[in-house]
This record gives sequence, structure tokens and C-alpha cells, in this order.
Amino acid sequence: MKPRHLLLVVYVVFLMLPLYWLLNMSFKTNEEILGAFTLFPHDFTLDNYRVIFTDASWYMGYVNSIIYVTLNTLISLSVALPAAYAFSRYTFVGDKHLFFWLLTNRMAPPAVFLLPFFQLYSSIGLFDTHIAVALAHCLFNVPLSVWILEGFMSGVPKEIDETAFVDGYGFTRFFLTIFLPMIRSGIGVTAFFCFMFSWVELLLARTLTSVNAKPIAAVMTRTVSASGMDWGVLAAAGVLTIVPGALVIWFVRNHIAKGFALGRV
Amino acid sequence: MATTQRVDPDCPPRKNGMSLVFDNISKIVGDEVHIQSMNLRLESGSFNTLLGRTGAGKTTMLRLMAGLDRPSSGRILMGGRDVTTVAVRRRNVAMVYQQFINYPNFTVYKNMASPLEVAGVDLEEIRQRVGRVAEMMHLEDYLDRLPAELSGGQQQRVALARALVKEADLLLLDEPLVNLDFKLREELRIELRNPLADSGAIVVYATAEPQEALALGGNTIIVDQGRILQQGLAAEVYRRPESVRTARLVGDPPMNMVEGTIGDATLRLGTADPVEVPEHLLTLSDGPYVFGVRPHHVRTMSSGTAEIEIGARVGLAEISGSETSVHFEYAGAPWVSLQDGVHPRGVDDPIGIYVEPRRIFAFDTGGALLAAPGNDSEAPVA
Repeated sequence: MKPRHLLLVVYVVFLMLPLYWLLNMSFKTNEEILGAFTLFPHDFTLDNYRVIFTDASWYMGYVNSIIYVTLNTLISLSVALPAAYAFSRYTFVGDKHLFFWLLTNRMAPPAVFLLPFFQLYSSIGLFDTHIAVALAHCLFNVPLSVWILEGFMSGVPKEIDETAFVDGYGFTRFFLTIFLPMIRSGIGVTAFFCFMFSWVELLLARTLTSVNAKPIAAVMTRTVSASGMDWGVLAAAGVLTIVPGALVIWFVRNHIAKGFALGRV
Repeated sequence: MATTQRVDPDCPPRKNGMSLVFDNISKIVGDEVHIQSMNLRLESGSFNTLLGRTGAGKTTMLRLMAGLDRPSSGRILMGGRDVTTVAVRRRNVAMVYQQFINYPNFTVYKNMASPLEVAGVDLEEIRQRVGRVAEMMHLEDYLDRLPAELSGGQQQRVALARALVKEADLLLLDEPLVNLDFKLREELRIELRNPLADSGAIVVYATAEPQEALALGGNTIIVDQGRILQQGLAAEVYRRPESVRTARLVGDPPMNMVEGTIGDATLRLGTADPVEVPEHLLTLSDGPYVFGVRPHHVRTMSSGTAEIEIGARVGLAEISGSETSVHFEYAGAPWVSLQDGVHPRGVDDPIGIYVEPRRIFAFDTGGALLAAPGNDSEAPVA
């Protein structure tokens, strides 16, 4: 191995260490975790995972999270697609200001919106529902989606739209059969960003739910105080929480850089 | 005017008396005037060329014709019907852009078929029409490919084919060949001639290149600064440009202009020695004029006949292919000589310039044409 590779190896080890340790812990018993320092599980067990897949209070956390994340992604995309098209194709009074203002929505920490959302949802009976969390996350995901999609859409020459209208296409048919397929990688990346934010967001998701829509991230934090420290189960839950994200990243890995540049590469 | 109406037993003429009329059209965006009170009438089945520099208003005219933009004032009539406010998809038009615009996720076949599918033409007829046009545009072997898998020239063929297959009343082409390399451009231009003439549609072809307009022929409309300067058959516009502006637009390089006078039966071109007035200028009275000479009539070698001799210094000499162009300044105006053969010259070299009086165009000081050289003395079109 050449010396110049050394730094790279050190860096990768540094990055992978927490992930490895989580995986390592998830296959250990609590005794082993709390007992000796072991680099790999001496007493290999799948019990921790069994607990999660059999205990409703655990696996429903995943189900709840997936429901509101999916809802949020669908709402964000269906709202942001037409909005982004308008921003990329038309000029109207205040379009630039509105476009920038959208992004400023992301500049406030989610905590700012805790109180209004909590009070509002409680008073109209949306508290502890999936749609409540999905809608709350839209506040952050819709602006980002509009920005990313606008970037991708502006990369499509306007002449294609015009050619389609000259050819006789109506707007809906053009949008669905010609335009959307052209920006499909952008839609994938946008969906990923919506997923990513909604999946990892804890504060709003925890505050706006109690039992029926309690997300996995909240389940994990509450377990700490509930029944002592069940280290192994927590580690297994952590591993399972990473998996969906890793899967989604795998599907959009080729387009993700363009997404981070808001479609403007 | 080329009013070639298709006579084909399978395909009866579709458009009867479908003319396009611009009635006092203006297009103003912000405080920029793109089109200024324009009147225009294009007949059914005619081939029309819009010739003008970039920014002259050609694209705006095409967009107004297509219905992609609305005029600020005036009316557009199609076959006598006011279509000013009719949406683009309700008009029967086809358009080709200078960029290669195709639907990237459709195959070539699907691209060509798409305007027909939208119009609800039955599948068998679509297959036949696409097949016919694909053969004409040499695309038969590529029907299953995606546009991105084709070369630039082929992509533009697909765009042209999609426009042709629609058999629209109005076929608009916005500098369709400008993004192709020189050879391909020539080739495709020759190939396009018949399909466009046979389309039966009002064809409007915008170009910034005088050679292209002349090569395509048909009705040539000279556009400059949002106005129509002159309209007529290509060769006619070339031979008798009505004004200095038109004369400079229809030549490439543009016609050389210089002020001069006629007096005492002599003609004085700029600062040169006076010569006898040539026959075609004999009717002009004494006074100041603007004279024009085409670059290929400005010789750098004496031919031995009656000539005006001008002394100048080479500003820039360019050899392109088998021609040499020499740029120099004469009486305060930039002049160009374009001559056959390769003649290397250095900057600032003194050079003798020779102009035959019988080649001279005469304009009044306001820029209107007074006399043009006779047809027989014209060199063949560039």
C-alpha cells in the first residue's frame, strides 16, 4: 500500500467506525455490551432484531414513519411540480422575490414552528395523525422541492414545450407524457431529499404525535427512559433506521450531486 | 412566386386559398419595438424566405405566425379568419427551430407520429405518413432510435420530418440549418427543397444568410429592425435592391458603398479620378449620389478595360477556400474585395483596386435605388 493511501484509509475507518459499532452492538447481548470491550460479538444473537419485529410498539414506529414520509413526499412533489414549472417558464410580478422567499422558509429552525403547529393541530383534531406530521414537514420540503425541480426544469429548453403545443398537445398531456419523463432524475432526487428530511426530522414528528402516529425516531429516544437501557435493541433499531435511507440513496446515487446543487449543474 | 400545389391522386390538395395575412402587426416588449406596424400577405402553397440579420425580428415574426406570441396590436388572418387570439394548438402549424428540438424520451418514429396521434389520425394512416416522410428524409433506418442516439444532422432531420408529417397549413422554419456544419447544411438544403415546395403549406423559412435565401429562391422578404424593407423573388431582390440597407443585407459580404457625384458627363466614385458615365447611369441628373459595388466586382487586378482605379492599403486579407477577400478603407467607408484565387497579401501593403463603371449601383443620398446594372452584366449568383 502506498503511503498516500494511508490518509484515505484512516478517514474511511474514522467514518465507518460509528456504523460498525452500531452493527456490532446490535448483535450483542446487553451483558456483553456493558461487560467487556469486544471488537466483535462473542455471544452472537439476533434477539434484539426479534424484539423489534415482534413488539408492536417498536415496529409500528417504522410503519408510522414510512406512512408520513411517503405522504409528505407525495404531497411535496405534487405541489412542487406545477410550482416549479411556473417559476421556470413564466415571468410574473414578484416571481424572483417569491422564489427566494420560499427558500427562506428553510432558514428558521423547526423548533420555531413547534408551538403554532402543536396548538393548531390540537384544536382542529389533527394531533397524533400521520397527515399532521406530513403537512408540517411540507413547510420545509415544498420550498426545497420547488428549488430543485426548478433547476432541473430550466435545463429543458422552452422550445420543447412550444413544439409540443405547436404539435397540438394540451398542457396536461404534454406535462405528463413528455415533460415529466425528461426530468425524471430530478423527480427522483427531489423525492430523495423529501424522504431524507422527513425521515430524520425528530422534533416536529415527536411533538405532533403521541401514540397512533409515533415515529421510530421518537420511539428510540423514549425507550431510553422507559425500561432502563436496552442497548442491544436500541442498536438494532438504529441499524434498521439506516436501511431505508441507504436503499433510497442507492437508487438516486448517480443524480444526487446535481440535486445538492439544486439541479443547476 | 412558387405556387406549387401538390397534384397527387392519393392526396387531394388540402389547402384552398389558405393565405396568411399580417394586418398592421406590432410587437412591443417593454419599451423595445420588435415588430413595427407590419403588413404582409403570404399565399397558399408559397415558399417564403425571411432574410435579415440576427435580431431583425425574423423569429418574432415566426412566433407571431405560429401563435406562440400575441401581437401588441394588429390582426393576423389565416384563410380570411381572424386567428389573432387563437391558441397555438388550435392552429394548424408546424415549426422547426435552429436548435435540434425533439422529444428525448420518444423514439424517432414516435416523435414523427406524435402530432398525428394528438390529432387522432388512425394508426394505419400514421404508419403510412411517417413511412413516407421517413423515406424522404432518409430516416428509415433510425425509426427505433432515440434522438440522443443520432448525430446533429439526423436530429434536425427528425425535427424537420415531424414538421412535414403533420401536413400543416403553415410550416415555419427558424434558421433550421444554422447549427449544422457547412457540408451538411448544403446537403440538407438541397434535399429540403422539394419536400418544402411540395408540402402545399405556406412555408416560411427564416435565415440570416443571403446565400441561403438565394439558393432557396421563392418569395424573399427582407426584414430589418422590425420592418419589411423589400419583398419579391429572390433573384429580383438581389438584382434590384430598393435601398442601400437592402443592398447591404442581400449580399455577403455586404455591398460596398461610397459617396460620389455625377457632373459634366463624368462619374466620380469617392475620391477617384472622374470617368465617363456608364450607359445604365446616363439617365441620372447631375448631383451627389451614393454608389454601390458588389465585393466580387471590386478587382485587385486590372482587367484592361475602362476602369476606375483606386489606391488603397490592405486592412486585412483573408483566404477562404479558393477565394481571397481584401478589406480596406475607401473614402472613409469600409470596403471589401472578393476575388477568385489565392492571393496572399500583408497588412498595410499598398494595393490597386479596380472597379468597372458598368457594375455600379446608384442610390440617391436618402438611400433609395435609382439605377442598377443591367441583368446581362450580372455575375451568377454567389
